[in-house]
Amino acid sequence: MTITISVYRYQPDSDSGSTSSASASKPYMQTFEVEAAPGMMLREALLAIKEQDETFAFRHSCGEGVCGSDGVNANGTNCLACITPVADLKQPIQVRPLPGRPVIRDLVVDMTQFYEQYRAVEPYLIRKDPLPEQEIRQSPEDRDKLDGLYECILCGCCSTACPSFWWNPDKFHGPAALLQSWRFLADSRDQATEERLDALEGPYKLFRCHSIMNCVEVCPKGLNPTKAIGQIKELMLEQSV
Amino acid sequence: MPAARSIPHRHFDALIIGAGGAGLNAALRLAEADLRVAVVSKVFPTRSHTVAAQGGVNAALANVLPDNWHWHMFDTIKGSDYLGDQDAIETMCREAIPTVYELEHAGVPFSRLDNGRIYQRAFGGQSQNFGGEQAARTCAAADRTGHAILHTLYQQNLRAKTHFFDEHFAVDLIRDDEGAAIGALVLDIESGEPLIIEAKTTLLATGGYGQVFRTNTNAFINTGDGMAMALRAGVPLQDMEFYQFHPTGVAGKGMLITEATRGEGGYLLNGEGERFMERYAPHALDLASRDVVSRSILSEIRAGRGCGPQKDYVLLKVDHLGADVVHQRLPGITDICRVFLGIDPAKEPIPVFPTAHYAMGGIPTDRHARVVAPARHGPEEVVPGLYAAGECACVSVHGANRLGGNSLLDILVFGRAAGADILAYVAEHPNHRPMRDEHIEPAVARLARWERQGDGERVADVKAELRRLMEDHCGVFREQATMTEGVEKLKALRERVEGVRLRDQSQTFNTARIEALELDNLVDVGMATLMSALHRDESRGAHSRVDHTERDDERWMKHSLYSRDGDRMDYKPVRTKPLTVDSFPPKPRVY
Ligand code: SF4
Ligand code: SF4
Ligand code: FES
Repeated sequence: MTITISVYRYQPDSDSGSTSSASASKPYMQTFEVEAAPGMMLREALLAIKEQDETFAFRHSCGEGVCGSDGVNANGTNCLACITPVADLKQPIQVRPLPGRPVIRDLVVDMTQFYEQYRAVEPYLIRKDPLPEQEIRQSPEDRDKLDGLYECILCGCCSTACPSFWWNPDKFHGPAALLQSWRFLADSRDQATEERLDALEGPYKLFRCHSIMNCVEVCPKGLNPTKAIGQIKELMLEQSV
Repeated sequence: MPAARSIPHRHFDALIIGAGGAGLNAALRLAEADLRVAVVSKVFPTRSHTVAAQGGVNAALANVLPDNWHWHMFDTIKGSDYLGDQDAIETMCREAIPTVYELEHAGVPFSRLDNGRIYQRAFGGQSQNFGGEQAARTCAAADRTGHAILHTLYQQNLRAKTHFFDEHFAVDLIRDDEGAAIGALVLDIESGEPLIIEAKTTLLATGGYGQVFRTNTNAFINTGDGMAMALRAGVPLQDMEFYQFHPTGVAGKGMLITEATRGEGGYLLNGEGERFMERYAPHALDLASRDVVSRSILSEIRAGRGCGPQKDYVLLKVDHLGADVVHQRLPGITDICRVFLGIDPAKEPIPVFPTAHYAMGGIPTDRHARVVAPARHGPEEVVPGLYAAGECACVSVHGANRLGGNSLLDILVFGRAAGADILAYVAEHPNHRPMRDEHIEPAVARLARWERQGDGERVADVKAELRRLMEDHCGVFREQATMTEGVEKLKALRERVEGVRLRDQSQTFNTARIEALELDNLVDVGMATLMSALHRDESRGAHSRVDHTERDDERWMKHSLYSRDGDRMDYKPVRTKPLTVDSFPPKPRVY
C-alpha cells in the first residue's frame, strides 16, 4: 500500500540539488508517495522521503519517543513523528514544521527562544543546607509528586501549540519551561521556593497562560503543563497570605 | 570549502566532543572549576543517547540487600569473562557509591524506598558474597534512569555556565607534530560553516556505534564518530570484537526492553511455553549475564523452539507481576509496548530477540580517561591532551561482556575522572600549543572530499549494505568462513565509498552531508569490529565462535588493538592487578 504525504519544503540556499524545480527561496508543499509497512510510524515515512530526496531535512534520533528531536505538525496537530502511526493520520498527510518558530530548513525550526525560556526558570535543584554524606532522603510520596513532571523531553510540541507563546515568546515562559519550574518547586529537596516564585511575578512570565490547554492536548508524553501552571499560581497565593 | 587559514578559530581550555553522560559529567567538573569549557554536540544535549538508558546505574549502596563494592568488582570481572582490567574495575566499583550520591544531590529523581533511600533493583550478573545469592545493586529512576540523569547533568551544566556548541558536528581531531591533541575541526550544522576549536585538552565522549548493525537498540546518531576520529588520528581501537547483543530488543523492530523487566521478576518463555533459562543457567536463570541469555535465546530458536508463526522470537513474560508493578516500575516499557506493539505488558507477553546494543571496545584509555596508544616506550603511552570516556572508550571495565547497569556507571565515573585529570593537566600546561595550517589540513581535506560532484553511488545505499553486511557476518555466533568473506566484502565496500557522491551541496542544515560524514565513521568502526573478531579464535564473553567454542586463557587473555593503517592487529596484556585488593584469577564462568 502506498500513502501520500505532503511535506513543507523551505531551502534557504539554492544549490541544494532538490528534485523540485520550485524556487529555492519560497516555502512550498511537496507531495511524495511512500510504501507503507504495517505499524509504520511517521518518522519512518519521513525517512522514506529522504531516501527519495536527500535534500529533505528533519531532526530525529532515538525513534522511540525519548529524545524529543522530532516534534512536527502533522495534519494540524503537533506530535512526535516517531511515535505517531501513519495509519492514524488522514491522507494526504500534511507535515509542517512546529508552528510559530522561524523555519531554518524544511521541518527544522529554530528553537532558541524555547530553550532560553527553559534556562530562565533555573531548571536545576538548588540546595542551601550542607549536603549529607549519603542521599538526601525523600519519601516515596514526595517522590511521586515529580511523576508527570520530570519526564519532559523538551520536544517543544506544547509551547509551539500555545497561543500565548506565539504572541510573546520573549516574555511568556511557555508551558514546557513552566512545567519544569513546577518540577523543582514540587521537589521536597529543593530550597529555593521563594526565589523561584518571585522570579515568576509580573504579568507575562507565568500569568500569560490563559488555560487554553492546547499544551495538554499535544504533549506526547501525556504531561499536563496547565495543571502545573495552576499549581504554581496556587502556591503563590498560599505564600502571599 | 574555505582554505585552512580562513577558518575562524575559538579558544578554550577544554574541548568536549559529545554531550551524553560522560561528556556532561566531565564538563560539570571543569566549568565548576572555572575552566573555559566547550561542549560540542551534533544534537541538542538532551537528545544524546544516554537519554534512552532505562534500567539504572549500579552502586553497592546496600539499600535493599547487603552489598559492598568488592562484590560488585567480582561480578564485573566475572561478567567481563576476565578480560576487564582489574585496576579500572576497582576504581569504578569504589567510585560508584559517591558518584550516585553526587547525582542524587544534583537532583536526579531516583525512585525511593519507604525509608526515603534510593530504590535499587536486581539486575543480571549481580551477586552477594562473590557468586552467592542475587544482589540488588541497580539504582533506578523508574525505567527512565538515563533520561533522569542526562537532564539533571544538562541542568547542572546550565547552572555552571558551560559553553555549548549545539548542533555542531566534529569532523576530525587536530594533532600537532608531537602527536598532542590540540583541538578539532567542527561543522556548524545550521550554517554549514566550519570552525576550529583550539583547546589544551580534548575529550572524546561520542558514545557507541550501534548503527553499524541493521537491527539495533541505538539512536540514529550512534555512528562511532569519536572512535573513527581516533582511528584517523592514528590511535588504535581496543577489543572491538566484543559487541553486546541485548537479549531483549523488540523482535523485528529493535527497541530496547530493559533488563529491569527481568530484574523485577519477568522471565523468558520459548514456543513450547517452557522457561528455558532453567537449562542454560540453573542458578541465575533469566538474570544470567547478557551474553549468556542472548546465546540461549538464539539456541532455542535454532532448535525450532521459537514463538510465533515463523518461530523466530521468544516471549518475555511480566504479566504475572501485576499491573501495579508493571506500570509503576516499568512505565517506559509499558509505553513502548503500547505504541509499537499495541499490547499492555501487564496483560500480554512481549516478543523479543537479541539485538545489537553496546560496544565493550573502543578508544584505549587508562583509569584517568587518558587515551593510551602503542608508541616508542610500550603499548600504553599517553597521547598528550587526549581523553576518552563512556561507550566510545575502552578503559576496560567491561572486558568481553558488560553487565547491565554498568554502562551508566562507566560514563559517570570516567567522565568525572576525565574532568579531574584535565584540571591537573591544564594547571601544568597553561598555554595552548601552537596550531599551524598543516595540522588542520587533513581535517579540512576530509570535508572537502564530500564536495566532489558528479555521478556516484548514494550514501543511503552504501550505508544500508554496510549494515546488512555487519549483521550477516558479525552477529551473535561467528565463524572463520563467514567472517573472512565479511572482511573481503567490507574492504570492497570501503573502496566504493570513494565513489559515493553527495547530491545535496547546500550549506544550511544539510543533514545529507552529516550522514555522509557518518558513513565514513561507520565503515571504519565496522572494519575494526570485523577484523578484531576474525583474528580472535576463541570464545569469550560476547565474542562467540562456533568453530572455537572454548575460552583460551593461555593464548587470548589479552586485549586486541586494531589500527586503520594497514588494517593491522596488535595485542597488549590484560591488567590483572587491582589497586588495593587481591587479583581475581580466571575461572570457568557459570551462572
Ligand atoms: S494552558 Fe497556558 S500554557 Fe498551555 S497552551 Fe494554554 S496558554 Fe499555553
Ligand atoms: S511538556 Fe510535553 S510537549 Fe512540552 S516539551 Fe515536555 S514533553 Fe514536550
Ligand atoms: S526520534 Fe527521539 S523522540 Fe522521536
